[in-house]
Amino acid sequence: MRAVVTVIGKDNVGILHKVSGICAEMGANVIEVTQSVLQDMFAMIMLVDITGMNKDFAEMVDRMNALGSELGLSIHTMHEDIFNSMHSV
Amino acid sequence: MLNVYNILETIRMIQDECLDIRTITMGISLLDCIDTDIDRACEKVYEKIVKKAGSLVAVGQQIEKEYGIPIVNKRISVTPIAMLAAACPGGDVVKFAKALQRAADTCGVNFIGGYSALVHKGFSAGDEALIRSIPEALAVTDNICSSVNIGSTKSGINMDAVALMGQIVKETAERTADRDCIGAAKLVVFCNAVEDNPFMAGAFHGVGEPDCEIHVGVSGPGVVRAALSKYPDASINELADIIKKTAFKITRMGQLVGARASKLLDVPFGIVDLSLAPTPAIGDSVAHILEEMGLEMCGTHGTTACLAMLNDAVKKGGVMASSTVGGLSGAFIPVSEDAGMIDAATAGVLTIEKLEAMTAVCSVGLDMIVVPGDISAETISAIIADEAAIGMVNTKTTAVRLIPAIGKKEGETLEFGGLLGSGPVMPVKESSAAKFIHRGGRIPAPMHSLKN
Repeated sequence: MRAVVTVIGKDNVGILHKVSGICAEMGANVIEVTQSVLQDMFAMIMLVDITGMNKDFAEMVDRMNALGSELGLSIHTMHEDIFNSMHSV
Repeated sequence: MLNVYNILETIRMIQDECLDIRTITMGISLLDCIDTDIDRACEKVYEKIVKKAGSLVAVGQQIEKEYGIPIVNKRISVTPIAMLAAACPGGDVVKFAKALQRAADTCGVNFIGGYSALVHKGFSAGDEALIRSIPEALAVTDNICSSVNIGSTKSGINMDAVALMGQIVKETAERTADRDCIGAAKLVVFCNAVEDNPFMAGAFHGVGEPDCEIHVGVSGPGVVRAALSKYPDASINELADIIKKTAFKITRMGQLVGARASKLLDVPFGIVDLSLAPTPAIGDSVAHILEEMGLEMCGTHGTTACLAMLNDAVKKGGVMASSTVGGLSGAFIPVSEDAGMIDAATAGVLTIEKLEAMTAVCSVGLDMIVVPGDISAETISAIIADEAAIGMVNTKTTAVRLIPAIGKKEGETLEFGGLLGSGPVMPVKESSAAKFIHRGGRIPAPMHSLKN
């Protein structure tokens, strides 16, 4: 089982560190990261394996949402199934 | 295979274009709650609903979190209560409404639908008592919805029921006049009602359905409008293709959520209803899709053609995306719940006559239309009869949900708030249809050959 974490917002020091820190703490393994900074806009998409998580996935969603509000970023944490079902026949 | 474009497209749809799951609705059969003692029947109803749907809201919230998609409503539909009322003649039928309200409160759902009667061919025991209790039932409860089926393609239109429903709609509005006549917004009169509809106010759990199942109603007018806006010079058939592709994506999400809910609740998956259901929120309007196609304002000439294309393309795209499609499936045009419709009605461009024509080519019918408070019961009945005739002849579901604005006239507005929105009072014809309505009897079923 995998989940997608997307982060969009104003670039700042330590965004990747903080997001991946939450993943590490909860036992979610980061598989892939795509990141770009255009002018001062930060955009990152992170694919994480949630199979071996030591906490509920819902808890990770809450933590990421809280981090998003704290840093003024838009962070979405969603199960990969929604993307797979929506974009493939 | 995941790619960045697809991920960002999904997130944009949810965040900026109001994409959501409009409802997950649990259908529950109450046939095993029938009892000759009305109090015992009510207790059984309460217990069965709470047992089956006790965790519906929690599961809905869990899925919202898992997929990051809002599920706006969690609802329940039940067996038409008239069937339970039939077993306890002389009892106070409103007790059932109160039991349903108690169950809605315990489960935390937004609505329970099914305070209903099916009388398209005639009244059986319990039907008339239930219908006559509707005004009180909707006045003393907050989350109960009621529907009455008065006609069908196979049996014609029960004009006695049509006459009665005119009075009931008016009385329901009068009983809740102090709350913007909200009672009438929870009452719908159907022709060809469907048994697996997840949308309110017309949801009930048909007798042909299993004991318990989960239906999903999707939404997404904002997504369709945004997709069309990227192609300002496309031809109509190109627009139809864009709508099909968008409807496919929206419906796939409904299918995913329904399958997940069915698994978590251990209840069979019923249907996905492919409807484009608007809300009063900016960017969530069906009228604005029609305007995006090239109409200056919804309701002008050309509206019916645009709507017909939209409705058909939504179905074509959605059907392939789901294993079982059902319910009402199509574009909804509830006036008070759609920002573009409200503007068009206020400007006088969108009229009841035009809406009636539109209902011949799209899902459902004259929905959430505010009419003057001094409208006669016979005129309401005549509007119901007209709309039912369109459904009966065209073998489609049609419905009427009119809200007589008691004490108000043209130029004034009713404010319901929330998803029900607000609506300007729309004018109706002054000439009477009373003699026609008072004749009673039945309009015979139409023939199905010699079609012209």
